[in-house]
Amino acid sequence: MMTATMAATTTQVYQVFIRATPEAIWEAITKPEFTERYFYGVRIHTVPERRRTQWQEEVGEDPVFEYDPPRRLVHGWHSKWNEELSAEEPSRVTWELEPQEDGTTLLTVVHDQLEGAPKTAESVSGPGWMRVLSGLKTLLETGEPLVP
Amino acid sequence: MEDDDAVFRALADPTRRFLLDRLFERDGRSLGELEDGVAMTRFGVMKHLRVLEEAGLVVRRKSGRESLHFLNPVPIRLIHDRWIDKYNEHRVSALANLKTELEETA
Repeated sequence: MMTATMAATTTQVYQVFIRATPEAIWEAITKPEFTERYFYGVRIHTVPERRRTQWQEEVGEDPVFEYDPPRRLVHGWHSKWNEELSAEEPSRVTWELEPQEDGTTLLTVVHDQLEGAPKTAESVSGPGWMRVLSGLKTLLETGEPLVP
Repeated sequence: MEDDDAVFRALADPTRRFLLDRLFERDGRSLGELEDGVAMTRFGVMKHLRVLEEAGLVVRRKSGRESLHFLNPVPIRLIHDRWIDKYNEHRVSALANLKTELEETA
């Protein structure tokens, strides 16, 4: 019998093909008017200097380590939506965008350096990132959010 | 859809489901580790892993000198969103209609 939760691992990898250009995906992951439609309603604005998140009144900021549009974005991750998670150490998220011959783009999200954040690891694994990526794909391919 | 075909095909084999379960238990394993729990040659395990990779269910990434296998749950999620949700919705509305009908005739 399997346990219901995935063992919290220190590296998580997610991949999805999206029928969109890397440029369109880049815009959708760095601009708040897009992110609020698929990222649990969070407005996320990423510039070379920082990644600012805003959910209702709550504002957070994470460092940006690499900013190479439209191919690669690396930034810090610090969960702020819950006290227990925000007490944990920051981790790291890497977005890789690889255009394919068939006109789609392969998006890879690697969430790693989770050694000091086991609860965060558990919270983002499973539905966490899947909902975001599935929602991002739906938004870009249909123009409509997954959950209205 | 072609993507779905590859996922369903990949899942239609007990060894491949077993490999996915092992990655679910602990992610980021080398080929050697995955071989351990399977009564099969290295070549056989590699073949199954290739099918899983082609379906997007397993992602291989270099980590130092070795190559680690990660479970990618997104394709299963997409099938869930596309298929399961759709049928659940129908079933729920069918039950709702049945209830309305029964209550009206009662």
